[in-house]
Amino acid sequence: MTKLIKIAVRNLARYRRRTLLTASLIAIGVIAVVVFGAAAGAFKGLMVGQITDSMLGHLQIHQRGYVASIDNLPLTRTLLPSEVAAIEQDLRGDPDVEAYSRRLKFGGMFSNYIETTAIRLNGVYPDEEFRTVPLLASRIGAGGGSLERGQIVVPDLLANGMKVTVGDTVVVIATNRDGSVNAAQLVVSGIVEGVTGPGGRDGYVHIEDALSLLRMDTVEISEIAIRLRSVDRLHTATNRIRTGLEEAQAAGNIASFEVHTWEGLSPFYNVVVLMDVLVISATAGLVAIVLISVMNVMLMSVYERVKEIGTIAAMGTMPRTILSMFVIEGAALGALGILIGNLVAIGAILVIDAIGPTFSFGRQTGLVLSPDIDAGRMLVVSAIVAVVAILGTVQPAFKASRMDPVEALRHA
Amino acid sequence: MSLIVANSLTKTYRKGSVAVDAVKDATFIIERASFVTFVGPSGSGKSTLLNLIGALDHPTSGSLLVAGTDIGTLDRRAAAVFRGRTIGFIFQEFNLIPVLTAYENVEYPLLLVQHAAAAERRQRALALLDAVGIGDQRDRYPDELSGGQKQRIAVARALVTSPQLVLADEPTANLDHANAALVMRTMRQMRDTLGTTFVFSTHDPRVVAEAEVVFRLEDGRLVDRQTSGAAA
Repeated sequence: MTKLIKIAVRNLARYRRRTLLTASLIAIGVIAVVVFGAAAGAFKGLMVGQITDSMLGHLQIHQRGYVASIDNLPLTRTLLPSEVAAIEQDLRGDPDVEAYSRRLKFGGMFSNYIETTAIRLNGVYPDEEFRTVPLLASRIGAGGGSLERGQIVVPDLLANGMKVTVGDTVVVIATNRDGSVNAAQLVVSGIVEGVTGPGGRDGYVHIEDALSLLRMDTVEISEIAIRLRSVDRLHTATNRIRTGLEEAQAAGNIASFEVHTWEGLSPFYNVVVLMDVLVISATAGLVAIVLISVMNVMLMSVYERVKEIGTIAAMGTMPRTILSMFVIEGAALGALGILIGNLVAIGAILVIDAIGPTFSFGRQTGLVLSPDIDAGRMLVVSAIVAVVAILGTVQPAFKASRMDPVEALRHA
Repeated sequence: MSLIVANSLTKTYRKGSVAVDAVKDATFIIERASFVTFVGPSGSGKSTLLNLIGALDHPTSGSLLVAGTDIGTLDRRAAAVFRGRTIGFIFQEFNLIPVLTAYENVEYPLLLVQHAAAAERRQRALALLDAVGIGDQRDRYPDELSGGQKQRIAVARALVTSPQLVLADEPTANLDHANAALVMRTMRQMRDTLGTTFVFSTHDPRVVAEAEVVFRLEDGRLVDRQTSGAAA
């Protein structure tokens, strides 16, 4: 085997320019896939992080049908205290759950005593909310993010439009479930920066104030947002939580529920899917490049060495050894492309990290793209290239191994 | 027992609807350790006969026994094994592998055909290179060597597996007079030392002069057999 590799390498060196050109072509494909995959992965991770850590959480639990009518923020589809207790019991025992936040979402009117406008609010327990969506604190630019009873955090667009600042007293008016109207005077404790996605432009009040405003005697909850320890465990954890809740429902502890991951709640998921499709498309392009270039080079190699093949066949070299010679040569060509491609890709990723290009997402600016050197991705891409390079060699190698020595020796 | 026994050996090629007898009804015997050549004009069937003896091709009819093996019965794989064990080849254009050094070219059949151990490969390859007088050139690549040197390496490569038979197709055609004489002398020495049978095809009177037995071919037919002395 060592000798076959040595012969393969020497044959590649024999046609140095052609080998370098083909290896470069493969390397460009590898670079494109690795760098684009890393950049797309970094962008995706950043965006998913922004969405889940700013507002959404990784998954949410509602009463069945709530998400379908979420634009109306219905107060008739809340989880009752006993149901919330059953869900909490399940979540507290789940090893994947890092934190959860109970929210009572409602719509109302917001007045600065001069003007009035509509507002969407989340009644939350501040500690739970800040632990579940840790970027919320950083979104609250002015006011430091405290949310005590009697306080309100106002979305920035609304604050700007209504010329409201931290410390101002405002009035929130809301209609409760029965249709009666109630109002509460609150002090602005912070201005929250809007984010793209559902709930990204909502304000916040303490849940006790929300209950009081809506004249609810018990703690009813519109949604429970959940933060996982690792987003990679999203589907496993979601399935387990759903199963646990189904059991609670079967035991009569929950009337109805629905569990949604962030993917089902945010339209950005379609962008994520599109990015994945683009990465797969780039990989398919790489496969085509490798297959065509390696097959082309190896076919040329076989045609140029017909007499040589005839000679070694005449000497008694078995067809499988001849086949191996060419397959190893193709694999070595692929390996050269993989090596160059991965080294340049690592360099390119380090350069991108050093430059730290920034971009905007919705109203968020200055997000820094910092792709990681993902050894797993590089291994997968390398394995694909290696397999395709070998596949590209099989036909020419088989042709060489089946060559009639008499015909081959006659070749000019 | 004779090394090669051919009886009514015929090889017919079809070119479209036309059948061409490249070798026709050839009957001959070649003894072990002999120095034999087939001569004749171009297209007389010399190379076809060598291909048949070398198990590179199958006879259309007749029988051909080489070292006790009926060539006609060998399939592709068995023919390759037979060649690797029994026959060494020398070609008109040397046919050395350009990416291998002189030593590696000689070592090749031991390594990739006979799968011999490293120590044995080294010992035999170096001995053969020395025997053909080219030991000091062993690390050179073929394109760094003269025609005569290349052909002597080819002789060493053909002999390194200790074959019973070496087939040489026009071995001196691409050599000048001095190198041709040197190569022929080398092969004769090898025959004398190792007892290997050498069979040539040639136009070259210098080769014919060296031969102990000369078979003359015309239009695929064996028309004459001469022994040493009369051959020249």
